[in-house]
Amino acid sequence: MSARLADAAASTSRPLLSIRGLSKVFDNGTTALAHVDLDLATGEFVSLLGPSGCGKSTLLRLISGLVRPSSGTVAWPGEVSEPELGFIFQEPTLLPWATTLVNVVLPLKLAGVNRRDAEDRAARMLALVGLSGFERSYPRELSGGMKMRVSIARGLVTRPKILLMDEPFAALDEITRHKLNDDLLRLWWEERFTAVFVTHSVFESVYLSGRIVVMAARPGRVVADLDNPAPYPRDDLFRTSADYAHLCRVASGALKEAIAA
Amino acid sequence: MSRLPLAGGNALLDDAADGTDAAARPAMATERRVLGLRAGAWPGILAPVVVGFLGLALWQALVVIKGIPPYVLPGPWLVAQTVVSDWSTLSGSLLVTLEITLAALVAAVVVGVALAILFAQSRWMERALFPYAVVLQVTPVVAIAPLIIIWADDVNLSLLICAWIVAFFPILSNTILGLNSADHNLVALFQLYRAGRWQTMRYLRLPAALPYFLGGLKISGGLALIGAVVAEFVAGTGGSASGLAYRILESGFQLRIPRMFAALFLISASGVAIFLVTSWISHLLLRRWHESAMRRET
Repeated sequence: MSARLADAAASTSRPLLSIRGLSKVFDNGTTALAHVDLDLATGEFVSLLGPSGCGKSTLLRLISGLVRPSSGTVAWPGEVSEPELGFIFQEPTLLPWATTLVNVVLPLKLAGVNRRDAEDRAARMLALVGLSGFERSYPRELSGGMKMRVSIARGLVTRPKILLMDEPFAALDEITRHKLNDDLLRLWWEERFTAVFVTHSVFESVYLSGRIVVMAARPGRVVADLDNPAPYPRDDLFRTSADYAHLCRVASGALKEAIAA
Repeated sequence: MSRLPLAGGNALLDDAADGTDAAARPAMATERRVLGLRAGAWPGILAPVVVGFLGLALWQALVVIKGIPPYVLPGPWLVAQTVVSDWSTLSGSLLVTLEITLAALVAAVVVGVALAILFAQSRWMERALFPYAVVLQVTPVVAIAPLIIIWADDVNLSLLICAWIVAFFPILSNTILGLNSADHNLVALFQLYRAGRWQTMRYLRLPAALPYFLGGLKISGGLALIGAVVAEFVAGTGGSASGLAYRILESGFQLRIPRMFAALFLISASGVAIFLVTSWISHLLLRRWHESAMRRET
């Protein structure tokens, strides 16, 4: 665990998020998630890793409050009310009729922040994701990677306590994905939010996260909780190190067991 | 090109990182223009014009060669002359018909959009009222026009009501479809940011409905004109109207066939003008973002 996470753990004894006995049965009778217990500490970067159908996206939507649990609880022990959330979907999910800037301003506008402040903050966020100069571009004029950057900027513009990401880079090519992984880590390091990252890629989860929660399907459940002790900041050196290869092997083994289970 | 050894550090990875889109910058497209229009737009304008002229020439030739009398089929030249010579009568009628058409279209937009927003607020409201909108739509306007003319005191008001009945349904049904077709993930996003009903309507559902509404508007523009003309035919048989349809009836009784054609021409020209204006509005509103307004690069 890095020094920073240790700090975070010391300053708040209670977890940011506490999930107990969480289950979700859909109207068609499918059990998407069965009895999940999970605690998240403030400032963690956690990956939910699993095959398709293991309920990792459902878990993310349950955390966000978009989906109601069939049983169990999602609680925020240290918070007075549900904290500020950011959500990044698999698709960029931008307003096609609005410019990049207006898209990033949207969460602030909905929260009633005055226009000048909102635009300033949105422009700064766009600069942080490397999109200065594109404020007046429309989504359709941007590449897939750039649209995803806009989506990240929108997710972070409210300075959320927790950022939920649902396989955000799955549709991108490998070069763009690596770049965005690096940028995401840098943003996480600078902005200090808690990150929950859903993925089916072992390599992505090991590169990004300090903790990997492995899930299995039918019914969706947590089968392993792996600690990834590699220190941050991580870069290409880490991506090509023996440590990384070893961690990937461990996570891969856990995933294989999960698929076989 | 020299080969880089894989063991030679991060040169390869760095190259790859530079090749991503983060380094890209917006580029403005420039295009050749002829007489203020895109060079590529001209064939699309010229082709129908040429076909039109050929058709008119053929018609004129037929009338002259066969010696067809003007009370059976006037040539296009005579029709054009009649438009000019009878302009004082025809222009008044054109104005009446256009006023009714535009008023009906505006009423159709206001009522259609308002009802669609109301239906989007409450599923029950939609279930309770939508069938009656369908009833209005499927009842032939010729059949109810006499009733409306009797009930409404003013002839123009009754024509307006008839034209509105014909025009409002495409706007209503298209706008309902549009309001319901906002991206589900975007709806989830608005929910996540605790957006109010009105905020979701204003910033998500209404813009998402815009292309559908505009599609409805194009159809309704033509229908409003048809409604106004058809209703006036019904009213005109009673001798109490003054629009273009009444001029057609009147010319028929008086066997002034060239004037009949002139009035017909003005109705068609109005329809085309309404279509062009609504298409232009649609283009202006959608050109920056909607697929329908984009040209594909080939």
